[in-house]
Amino acid sequence: MNTQILAIAVAFWLVAWLVNTWLVGLRPANGLVAKAINLMIPLLFGVALLVLWEGVIKGFDVSKVLMPAPSMVWARITASVDILWADFYQTYMKAVLAGYAMGCGSGFVAAVIVDRVPFLRKGLLPIGNLVAALPVVGIAPIMIMWFGFDWQSKAAVVVVMTFFPMLVNTVAGLTASGNMERDLMRTYASNYWQTLVKLRIPAAMPFIFNALKINSTLALIGAIVAEFFGTPIVGMGFRISTEVGRMNIDMVWAEIFVAALAGSLSYGLLALLERAVTFWHPSYR
Amino acid sequence: MLERRGFSALLYDRIVPIGVVVAVIIVLWYGFAVLLNAQFERDQAARAKTEITTSQLIERTLSQDRPLLPAPHQVVSEIWDTTVMKKITSKRSLVYHGWITLSSTLLGFLMGTVLGISLAVAIVHSKVLDRSLMPWIIVSQTVPILAIAPVIIVVLNAIGISGLFPKALISTYLSFFPVAVGMVKGLRSPDVMHLDLMRTYNSSAAQVFWKLRWPASVPFLFTSMKVAVAISLVGAIVGEMPTGAVAGLGARLLSGSYYGQTIQIWSALFSAAVLAALLVMLVDLASRIVLRRMGMAQ
Repeated sequence: MNTQILAIAVAFWLVAWLVNTWLVGLRPANGLVAKAINLMIPLLFGVALLVLWEGVIKGFDVSKVLMPAPSMVWARITASVDILWADFYQTYMKAVLAGYAMGCGSGFVAAVIVDRVPFLRKGLLPIGNLVAALPVVGIAPIMIMWFGFDWQSKAAVVVVMTFFPMLVNTVAGLTASGNMERDLMRTYASNYWQTLVKLRIPAAMPFIFNALKINSTLALIGAIVAEFFGTPIVGMGFRISTEVGRMNIDMVWAEIFVAALAGSLSYGLLALLERAVTFWHPSYR
Repeated sequence: MLERRGFSALLYDRIVPIGVVVAVIIVLWYGFAVLLNAQFERDQAARAKTEITTSQLIERTLSQDRPLLPAPHQVVSEIWDTTVMKKITSKRSLVYHGWITLSSTLLGFLMGTVLGISLAVAIVHSKVLDRSLMPWIIVSQTVPILAIAPVIIVVLNAIGISGLFPKALISTYLSFFPVAVGMVKGLRSPDVMHLDLMRTYNSSAAQVFWKLRWPASVPFLFTSMKVAVAISLVGAIVGEMPTGAVAGLGARLLSGSYYGQTIQIWSALFSAAVLAALLVMLVDLASRIVLRRMGMAQ
C-alpha cells in the first residue's frame, strides 16, 4: 500500500472542495466571470473525482485487471485511436445515426397522424405508453435474425427504441398550444395544415426536444447492447464484450470513455439546438 | 364533442379503441408470420420435390419449430407450457427465471430509490453540492451504462461478489437518476410563501424538511419511481446477459438467440413486458393510495 499517494489524492480532494465552497460564495458583478465560475465548479469537482480514483487505485495497489487508473485508460486511448475510431464509426456513424433519424422521424409522423385521428389516439397511445416502458433492448436477438449481423440490425433496434418516446412526447406536445392561440388562428381563417405548421409544431418543440434528448442516450445504449448478441468484428459493443473476456479492462474503459463523450456531445448539441429553436420559451428568457 | 360518462365512457374511450388496435396488430402479426416463414417452407418443398398448396403453406408456416417470426398462438402456448405446466422450481419454468430477474430488479430499485432520495436531500441542502454534483449526475446518464454492465459483473465476480448484487447494482445506477432529479424538483416545490411561514414559526431546517419539503415532494417521488422501476427491469435483464447465461429472463433471451429458439425469445420478451407493466401498475396503485391518504389526490 502506498499511503503517500493516497494522502495526496485525499488532500487534493479536500482542497478542491474548499475552493468550490469559496467559489459558490462569490458574487461577481461581471456576467462573464459568473459564467466562468459556473463552469469551474463542476469541472473542479470532476477533476477531483479523477484524482481520487487514481489515488485509490495507486494507493491500494488495485490490480489493473479489476479497475484501471484513469492515467492507464488515457494511455490506452491515445495508443489505440484507430481501433476506437473504427468502432465508433461502425456503431455510431452507421447504426446509431441511421436508426435515430428513422426512429425519431417515423415517431414524429406517426404522432401527427395519431393527433389527427381521435380514435387512434385513444387506441394507440395507451399501447405506446406501455411499450415506452418496456425493455425494448430484448428485441435485439430477433432483429439480428431478421436483418443480419451488420449495422442494419442494430439500426433496427434503435428505430424501435426511439420510436415510442418520440410518439408519446410529440402527441403530448401537439396539445400544448393554448385555446386562445388556436382561436386566433381560426379568426385568421387558417386551415389545419397552417395551424399545424405555424402554431402547433412550434409549440410542441420543447416536448419534441425532450424526446430527442432521451432518445440520444437510448440509441447509443440500444446499438451497443445489440452488438452483444452478434456483430462483425468491429463495433463498440463487440469490443467491450470481447475485451472483457480477455481481461483487458483498460480497453473497455477506453470504449466507455468514447461512448460517454459521444453521448455527452450529442446531448449538448441537442441542448444548444433546443435553445436556438425554442428561444421564445419562458425557461430561456 | 359528445361527453360520455361511466361505463359507456370506459367502453367507447378505452376498450373499443384499444381492442381494435390490438386486433389489427394481431392480424398484421399473422400476416407477417406467414410472409416471413414462407420462404423456408418453399425451400423445404423444393428440396423434397413436392408441390404444396397455399392452404398447406399457411398451415405449416404457423407451426414451425424455429420460425423466423413465431405466430402469436405459438408464443402463448409456449408461455402457458413454461409457466403453468412446469413446476416453478424447474429450470425450464419461466416463473423461476422471472423471479430471479424480479428479485434483482426490486433490490436495484430499492437501492436506487434510497440513493436518489439521499442525493436529492444533500443537493437541496448544500449549495456546493448543487453546483458541483448536479451537472455530473446529468452527465452520468449520457454514459451508456448498460455498456458497462459486463465490466461491473466480471469485476465483481473476480473479487468474489456474484449472484444478485452485481445485477442489482446496474439497476441501481439506472434508477437513481430519475428519482434524484424528480426529488430535487419535489423538495424545491414548496412556495416561497410556505417557506416564509415556516420561518415565522422559527422552525429548524429539520422541521422544514419533515413538515414541508418531504410531504410536498411525495407526488414527484411517485412519478419518478414509475420511471425508475421500469428502467431497473431493463438493467436487470441486460445485467443477466454477460453472466454466462445461467438464469433469468435475460439469460433466456441470450440462450434463445444462441440456439435459434425464436419461440423462447418471444416468450421471454412477453413475460418481461408483462412484468414491466405489472411493476408500473403496482407503483401507480401505491401512489394513488398514498396520495389519497395525504389528501393530495385530484
